[in-house]
Amino acid sequence: MPMTITEKILAAHAGRDEVSPGELINVKVDLALGNDITAPVAIKEFGRTGVAEVFDRERVALVPDHFVPNKDIKSAEQAKLLRDFARRQGLTNYFEVGRMGIEHCLLPEQGLVGPGDLVIGADSHTCTYGALGAFSTGVGSTDLAAAMALGETWLKVPETLKFVYHGALPAWVGGKDLILYTIGQTGVDGALYMAMEFTGPAVASLSMDGRLTMANMAVEAGAKNGIVPPDEITRRYVEGRAKRPYQFYASDPGARYARVYEFDVSKLEPQVAFPHLPSNVRPVSEAGRVEIQQAVIGSCTNGRMEDLRLAAKVLQGKKVHPDVRLIVIPGTQEIYRTALKEGLVEIFLDAGAAVSTPTCGPCLGGYMGILAAGERCIATTNRNFVGRMGHPQSEVYLSNPAVAAASAILGRIAGPQEVC
Amino acid sequence: MKLQGKTWKFGDDVDTDAIIPARYLNTSEPAELAAHCMEDADPAFAGRVRPGEMIVAGRNFGCGSSREHAPIAIKAAGVSCVIAATFARIFYRNAFNIGLPIFESPAAAEKIQAGDEVAVDAAAGTIYNLTRGEEYRATPVPPFMQEIIAAGGLIDYVARRLTREKNGM
Repeated sequence: MPMTITEKILAAHAGRDEVSPGELINVKVDLALGNDITAPVAIKEFGRTGVAEVFDRERVALVPDHFVPNKDIKSAEQAKLLRDFARRQGLTNYFEVGRMGIEHCLLPEQGLVGPGDLVIGADSHTCTYGALGAFSTGVGSTDLAAAMALGETWLKVPETLKFVYHGALPAWVGGKDLILYTIGQTGVDGALYMAMEFTGPAVASLSMDGRLTMANMAVEAGAKNGIVPPDEITRRYVEGRAKRPYQFYASDPGARYARVYEFDVSKLEPQVAFPHLPSNVRPVSEAGRVEIQQAVIGSCTNGRMEDLRLAAKVLQGKKVHPDVRLIVIPGTQEIYRTALKEGLVEIFLDAGAAVSTPTCGPCLGGYMGILAAGERCIATTNRNFVGRMGHPQSEVYLSNPAVAAASAILGRIAGPQEVC
Repeated sequence: MKLQGKTWKFGDDVDTDAIIPARYLNTSEPAELAAHCMEDADPAFAGRVRPGEMIVAGRNFGCGSSREHAPIAIKAAGVSCVIAATFARIFYRNAFNIGLPIFESPAAAEKIQAGDEVAVDAAAGTIYNLTRGEEYRATPVPPFMQEIIAAGGLIDYVARRLTREKNGM
């Protein structure tokens, strides 16, 4: 029976020749992930399983990234819980402040996830690793606890939606715009319980950073996973990086899809998601006059090198608007260091931006850039729900890094063409 | 399991930031989370909800973050169950895993109004609107998930399985 890439990876991890959508299966987990918000609950629940040690100390990754460097005493207690557990269990993949990164920037960079893997993480944006041709999905803390004990989890085999992106991408349009446009078409529950398979020449032309951005936001359409067929770009990314053997899978001709979407993106503009849903998208030219007080460039969606390079290209020799705070957050220490070497950090500082150590911080309204009532922020993050970045009466607009940088310069939502 | 209570009504796409804002996620204490339950959707909710009352919502309830703190906050607030047209998938798993009863029923989500008195027969999958004299069906729960519920949640299910394996059964 012809299968999709998602079905093949699930079948392989279930020890089966084939699986069909709707089946409930038990699968082996290649890596289980938790962070400083979700892991404390998982650690407590793990204690109740009666198991003394995690199934494999190299396959449980704990990344404190949401509220670290510790934002307050309670956060410090949570981060300490992770640290103590990691030491007690001898986990090889615990990442301390100063040697860490935002989990979904860090794990691919460190070669801890690879093509053909099955990864679960107690973080909804775990779907990011689908960019590498892996099956990867977010779960809650209790599911993480069970996976830490068993090295397995149960999943329902999802139906797949296939997305085909035709045409060459215009200037300033990238993975963020493709995924925002897509969510605008499907709605925030258009892919509920399903796999999203991203294909076509426009996706094939994306760098790995751009693909990670796309897969990252599959959950914003309700999807279980997003996946990009691995190719030469994937091979170049994982070679010399992967810590474990990996395997390329491809959908069979004749594989079944619940629906196929075909988009011509050759004339796509940069997209902006207006409050308060990621599906509420408009082309930037139709944004109207929206004044902003803050711009955030970073997060597991857009905190990678390509994102910082794009932002720097727009900001070089320019100044942030007097009424705007621009906060730039490199996704990992490695990205921070590369940005320093390439002179990007200097461009940001010269422009009048604040540059932070890696953290999820403002994206989820944790700290490091919380909004007051009535304030508006353009952000390269992934969610713009009510109160997401602070006060319930503040507003978040989602965009790519070039739009966020241009908006920071002009003090209103604007495309990069207006300043470059 | 039979549940009965007055209902609170919410719309589509109630996200986990609305259920429990991240500014309160520096703790996982159920009582502390319950004090802020639904705060950004209805600031009065946590102060007024009474034990046994129910949440009724539209499509995609619990979308967004994977935070288990969301169903924990709802359960600790005393809410007996959530009825929605559909649930976001991580919230759906989390609710079963921690033992918060949830029922998927587009008809109930549409017809039930705020303040209606509703009773639920979980085993039969039937929702009774006592105020309006109506009856709605809930989508059947897959047998595997019924096993998780019967075991008392995922962790008890896992512990039981491991004990069985250890005893070679």
